[in-house]
Amino acid sequence: MNLLPGKNPPGNWAEFLEGLWQRNPVFVMVLGMCPTMAITTSAINAISMGLATTFVLAASCWMISLMRHVIPKEVRIATYIVIIATFVTVVDYGIQVISLSLYEALGAYIKLIVANCLVLGRAEAHAARNPPMASVINATGMGLGFTLGLFMIGGVRELIGMGSLFGISLFGPHYQPWVVMILPPGGFFVMGLWLMVFALVRARRDHGLAAQTQGG
Amino acid sequence: MSEAAPSAAETTPSGAMIRALGIAATICGLIIVSAYEGSLDAVARNKKIATERAVFSVIPGATSVREFVASSAGIAPAGPNVPEGGVKFFGAYDRAGMLKGIAAEAVAKGYADEVRVLYAYDPVKQLITGLGVVSLHETPGIGDKVRTDRDFLKNFVALDAHLTADMKAVANAIKVVKHGTKQHSWEIDAISGSTVTSKAVGKGIRDSTAALLPKLLPFVDKLKEGK
Repeated sequence: MNLLPGKNPPGNWAEFLEGLWQRNPVFVMVLGMCPTMAITTSAINAISMGLATTFVLAASCWMISLMRHVIPKEVRIATYIVIIATFVTVVDYGIQVISLSLYEALGAYIKLIVANCLVLGRAEAHAARNPPMASVINATGMGLGFTLGLFMIGGVRELIGMGSLFGISLFGPHYQPWVVMILPPGGFFVMGLWLMVFALVRARRDHGLAAQTQGG
Repeated sequence: MSEAAPSAAETTPSGAMIRALGIAATICGLIIVSAYEGSLDAVARNKKIATERAVFSVIPGATSVREFVASSAGIAPAGPNVPEGGVKFFGAYDRAGMLKGIAAEAVAKGYADEVRVLYAYDPVKQLITGLGVVSLHETPGIGDKVRTDRDFLKNFVALDAHLTADMKAVANAIKVVKHGTKQHSWEIDAISGSTVTSKAVGKGIRDSTAALLPKLLPFVDKLKEGK
């Protein structure tokens, strides 16, 4: 279904939606679990990390795609890592310019974007085989899908673990926070719950489709 | 059965591999250096603002901050290099340019990571008069209570850090005691359930005062007017 008729060619829209929802990196492909568990203690951390990863994905996939005809396969991984590390360094400086407290909160996980399997995976599976525009659209969709996944986990953890969202208290001073939700086990609990929700939705949809096929 | 060796046509020449890596490295080098140069001033400005905010939060009424180094040779404005044995600290001044207080960082290993705090010191009364957290990665809801626990923060309203008569050492080393057992003005009453982090704060301040105050107080008059 083309949701924006006439604005985007169907190919580009499909490229974008692939990562955003259909093959969401967090809930479908289950990639990049290190920042997913470590950073999602609050909604703002989750969104910041997601956007930083989106920038690195889009910029490195664009450059890898531009250079795809001059990179021999024997040295492709070394070249990809150099390019990815470059844009991680740019993000690292950029976050220090935007907010030092955010930089402190994200800590070493900004640098660890270099080792995020989602980024190298996109470079190898998509950017190395497609033109720059398609690569950037696909990488942006994947990055925003990653951001959405992190926010869905971080929002729930902050809401239950601190009684707030984006730092704004929602349940009043008498709310007793579930501290476990902002500790490492909380990340696994919320991730497990979201995976269960997605599995239930998928099962119901498949059941509905099967019923339609039989009825039709 | 032996595998056939790759033909010359299938093998990538070494020059092509080196050229690809060279092109990537050159472009990436340019991007990194440009990003570094472009962000340098803004990052330095942000760090200065963050330092000022931290100092102002522990020394109310201060409007400007200057960084100094105390060493056995005396006090000097901080430069890019700290002399051997030198200890960095901040002088906080009011609008009239008069010294409002001293602030210094204290660091010690906590439960999860280093606990970094900034304490305010009144050189006239020789008391620690405030505490702020610079960096803390302790367990949420447990170790991070040192930021907010009112009883714990009361320890730093007038924590004794007098020097001995010869000004060579702190008279009574700052000590963290079990919750509810504080008897002396140089003791810190730990938070029940956050003992490790409380002890880290206490150890950091003890080490910092022991290193800084004997070098600072004999020359403190030099700091009194910051104009």
